[in-house]
Amino acid sequence: MELMEKRNFNLIYSLIGLAILIAIPIFEPSKYVMHILILVLLNVVLGQSWNLLGGFGGQISFGHAAMYGIGAYTSTLLYLKVGLSPWIGMVLGGLLASLYATILGYITFRLRGPYFALSTLASAEVIRLVAQNWDTFTGGDDGLSIHFEIASRVVEYYIILGVVVGTILVMYAISVSRMGYYLSAMREDEDASRAIGIDVTKLKVLTLAISAFFAGIGGSFFASYQLYFNPHVVMTVHTSMQMIFVSIVGGMGTIVGPVIGALLLVPIAEIFRVISPAANLLIYGLVIVVVMRFMPEGIIGLRKKFLRK
Amino acid sequence: MPKFEILLQAIVNGILIGSIYGLIAIGLTIIFGVMRVINMIHGDLIMLGMYLAYWFVVLIGGGELPPLLVALPVFFFIGCLIFRTLVSPVAKAGGEMGTLLITAGLSLAVTNFVQLIWKADYRSTPAQLVSTSYSFAGLSVSSALLFAFFTSAILVIAVSIFLMFTETGRAIRATAQDQEAAMFMGVNIEKMMLIAFGIGVALAGTAGVLLTPIFYVYPYVGFVYIVKAFVVVVLGGMGSIVGAALGGILLGVTEQLGTLFISAGYKDAFGLIIFVLVLLFRPSGLFGRSRL
Repeated sequence: MELMEKRNFNLIYSLIGLAILIAIPIFEPSKYVMHILILVLLNVVLGQSWNLLGGFGGQISFGHAAMYGIGAYTSTLLYLKVGLSPWIGMVLGGLLASLYATILGYITFRLRGPYFALSTLASAEVIRLVAQNWDTFTGGDDGLSIHFEIASRVVEYYIILGVVVGTILVMYAISVSRMGYYLSAMREDEDASRAIGIDVTKLKVLTLAISAFFAGIGGSFFASYQLYFNPHVVMTVHTSMQMIFVSIVGGMGTIVGPVIGALLLVPIAEIFRVISPAANLLIYGLVIVVVMRFMPEGIIGLRKKFLRK
Repeated sequence: MPKFEILLQAIVNGILIGSIYGLIAIGLTIIFGVMRVINMIHGDLIMLGMYLAYWFVVLIGGGELPPLLVALPVFFFIGCLIFRTLVSPVAKAGGEMGTLLITAGLSLAVTNFVQLIWKADYRSTPAQLVSTSYSFAGLSVSSALLFAFFTSAILVIAVSIFLMFTETGRAIRATAQDQEAAMFMGVNIEKMMLIAFGIGVALAGTAGVLLTPIFYVYPYVGFVYIVKAFVVVVLGGMGSIVGAALGGILLGVTEQLGTLFISAGYKDAFGLIIFVLVLLFRPSGLFGRSRL
């Protein structure tokens, strides 16, 4: 009974939030405000992507930048070589990232915990080096730029908002399904969950593939939105870290966590970016240190702590 | 097929550079072996060591030895500080993942703090540190590389003797093997972890000093070396000092030969591919399990 009430409560809040987000462009905010909103929404998608694997499943990945990058290259190259619209390419970008993740997962998920984390870091670095060195195909260090006329920033806003809604619905569906319970069982005790008959390897690979799909879509969106990117922008470890931070600061293993994380971190980062990109990353680093040191459950954890008292 | 001398030259350079990789990896492996912490800030400490040497020589002058002697105690202290304030409290609450993430966050903060104050410029070796080369039987060896090789060797031997033959060293190894059992035997494991972390960080700082005459200094340089150190640690077996030393040399030689035969652009990829392969097929490292 109580659970039902809580769900209704969350549903009402989500619908109010969604209504506000849909209504925002009516008030014709400045281009800069729209830009920040789009970045916030993009980071919600990325945070959700990482959070599914890291937060719900307890598998820390330092390699989501590779999937993000694959998404960016797929849609952009399809547009440049075949003329396919990046908005269709976006789905293909997600799928290709998923494919990569499936292969990667079967190889690296024999490893556990920190070893898995390191292997994701290493494989993402290999993918980045390939992107940097395969000049004829990927444009190498110079990256790729596209001339692609989008109707307007408002349209882009609604596209990414749609992606956010889709992502959250999928995450919600997973979290209340059998898979969601399997994931939390695996996070708490991998051996025990294996013992009660959960196919842990299959679960991990499936989770990684779903997670990668959304990271890939995020990458495609970023490329089509910014119209220019290079491996140093999309594929370094900082991209992976950004996804981690968004979900940790909000609260790992919850759906609302990455939303809060993105709402809080992206505007802060954008304000500091005006000073310099280094200042922005410095703040990110400090925030993560403070959060990990004093509130390992993130901002959501603070609320829980508060309510318990 | 390159000439024999060129091949030999590449192998010699690989061994010399590899000794620094080994030094870095030993720091990382001691920290991991004793307290199961993957120290993501290791690379930035190398970077700070490089800047220390750079500024020391630019502002005060002299060779590599003075900054090296300064770096050892300074970085030991920095290590203790990081352990006390951040790593130890988080390790108790959040375990392996917690320390992995907090050191990653700290790494990002330090890298970008350095970039803010000293800019992203690539700084080349100060004139005082430009090395001369010795020629020997058709090979030419730079003095900086030789200095790095011998210093690394001395430090590795010193650390090994400390761990093997002193009372504190034994206590540290006991902590690495079984924390609870060590605690019941009256070992102050918190203190042993502190010392181990300090030693690991001191080795990273000195490795930075040794690298200064050889490579450019810039804020993001630490990432290059921490990735190499991961490769080496995994090659040698997590927690093994001998393995890390040999793994470092193996990686150094592999990189040099890879550059010679394939392409310099993919130089860093060779190590990473070996890394993933070793993790998959020989997770205990190439040289078997010989723990701390």
